[in-house]
Amino acid sequence: MATDGGPLEVDLRQQTPIPLDCAFDCAPGELLALVGPSGSGKTTVLRCIAGLHRAAQGAIRSNGATWFDERICLPPQQRRAGFVFQNYSLLPHLSALDNVMLALGDVPPRERAATARNWLARVHLQGLDARRPAQLSGGQQQRVALARALARAASGPAAAGGGVLLMDEPFSAVDQVTRGKLRAELARLRQELAIPIVLVTHDLDEARQLADRMVVLHRGKALQTGTSEDVLLRPCSPAVARLVGLTNLFAGTVGIDSGRPCLEWAGRRLAIADSCGCAPGSAVNWVIPAEGVLLHRPDSPSRGEAENPVTGTITEALRMGSFTQLTLSIPGEAQPLVFQASSHTAQRNKLGPGQAASVTLLAERIHLMPAE
Amino acid sequence: MDWSALSLSLQLAVMTVLLLLPLAVLLARPLAWVSFPGKGLIDALVTLPLLLPPTVLGFYLLGVFAPQGVLGQTWLALTGRSLVFSFDGLLAASLLVNIPFAVQPVQRAFEAIPREAREAAWCCGLSPWRTLWRVELPLAWPGLASAMVLTFVHTLGEFGVVLMVGGNLDGATRTLSIAIYDRVQAFDDSGAARMSLLLVLIAFAAVGSLHFFTRKVGRRGN
Repeated sequence: MATDGGPLEVDLRQQTPIPLDCAFDCAPGELLALVGPSGSGKTTVLRCIAGLHRAAQGAIRSNGATWFDERICLPPQQRRAGFVFQNYSLLPHLSALDNVMLALGDVPPRERAATARNWLARVHLQGLDARRPAQLSGGQQQRVALARALARAASGPAAAGGGVLLMDEPFSAVDQVTRGKLRAELARLRQELAIPIVLVTHDLDEARQLADRMVVLHRGKALQTGTSEDVLLRPCSPAVARLVGLTNLFAGTVGIDSGRPCLEWAGRRLAIADSCGCAPGSAVNWVIPAEGVLLHRPDSPSRGEAENPVTGTITEALRMGSFTQLTLSIPGEAQPLVFQASSHTAQRNKLGPGQAASVTLLAERIHLMPAE
Repeated sequence: MDWSALSLSLQLAVMTVLLLLPLAVLLARPLAWVSFPGKGLIDALVTLPLLLPPTVLGFYLLGVFAPQGVLGQTWLALTGRSLVFSFDGLLAASLLVNIPFAVQPVQRAFEAIPREAREAAWCCGLSPWRTLWRVELPLAWPGLASAMVLTFVHTLGEFGVVLMVGGNLDGATRTLSIAIYDRVQAFDDSGAARMSLLLVLIAFAAVGSLHFFTRKVGRRGN
């Protein structure tokens, strides 16, 4: 197993067939998620790293060894990238053990079977060596694919620098219960792996649960790279905010209130914890996650004293299991504010369309970014 | 029973299968996976021998195989042997006539191999050559098996082209199907019947073995 190796460095640029403009690196032991809507180019980026697609320009290096630049483009066989395909891509005519052994061509023949068994054991598939893919469940097939990719990353050609693990929507083809188990498995396994792991997913929850950092891709362009918290709570632009599903996106201006920056929005002044580097007087877009909006009790006597009070009319109340999603229309703002309340609360207060409601916008959850 | 005709027919069928199968793989792979200008034309050419009357095909082959024809002249210069009324010519004609029977099943089989299967093999470090042997050929096996059986049986039964190109020379070009025709012409009905029955049995055994092999592969896949 490669330890204390260098990072995977990726820089890709091209116009056709799919535009690409992204650069990121991934340290050994780090799990980096490429997120974005379908067609955003995340799978193409992964295929470039594996050597299955050649970008027009850029460079790919793993632990200092060049896999791709202006002069070199190593074929997949000379790279050390374990690839977990979306549909597993196990070879149907080979047993689980043979599928893993296929990736061990750089291991002395006498050690291959033992090494492959060891990898199968690490993904908890001991005893299923002889099964063919069709005799395994979807989750088990995915584990074999993972074992095969790890085997390749661990013992690929030594000249190719460090091994990397690439996963293309690895959990999308299994049912939800199995997906949860596999995610936990990966989270456990990656603690023992000292290699860069790049995960492609369109599932933000999955990215948040598993990734140390994420890269938001849109039309092949990396819009923001940062920790899950950074990207999901502090998007760098309205485009990222929309891509990560922040629906409470409004326009406003940075103002000054008692010498401190505040947010002027729809004829109101909102207290903010941080102006995020936006100068007073500048136009901004701002977001607040649904969790940053707190419903006031209608009988609350201290309504006026609450932080950033906003009153509006409920236009929609959608019961979604234990919580109810409420849409609030606010005077002076065309966009509605969407937030959640427990279904119990919503029912008790008879919250429904046409009713007035007031909420608090938590100052520390308001995030500002330069206007589009 | 014309034993020399039976032996000749079997030799011709086995050699046609052995020579044509690698060629079919070579031709079918790009036709299955690569899109290039003129691909439709090649697809059509591959099917053509299936559509032409055997006598028409035989007539044209006789022209190019003749000592003054393009192929006949070259072959004569290379080997000193003739391509008409000889086993060489019979084999060459048989190879051409069987192209659709060999190529089409193999092409369908390669088309059915998902691209990811090959990519997974490459990402495991398998060279294109090893990918062919470890992944592509095993997965295309049912198609290869039916190409082999179809070519074998079709060669045994071919009549028109063989008669046009090879004639009816005992021990050199008289195949079983021509020997049957010969027996009927000579009013030897029982001789014709014995040989006909033999051909039926061989064809039946070949198709039966195809079912056996592909079923076995099916089990392997499950």
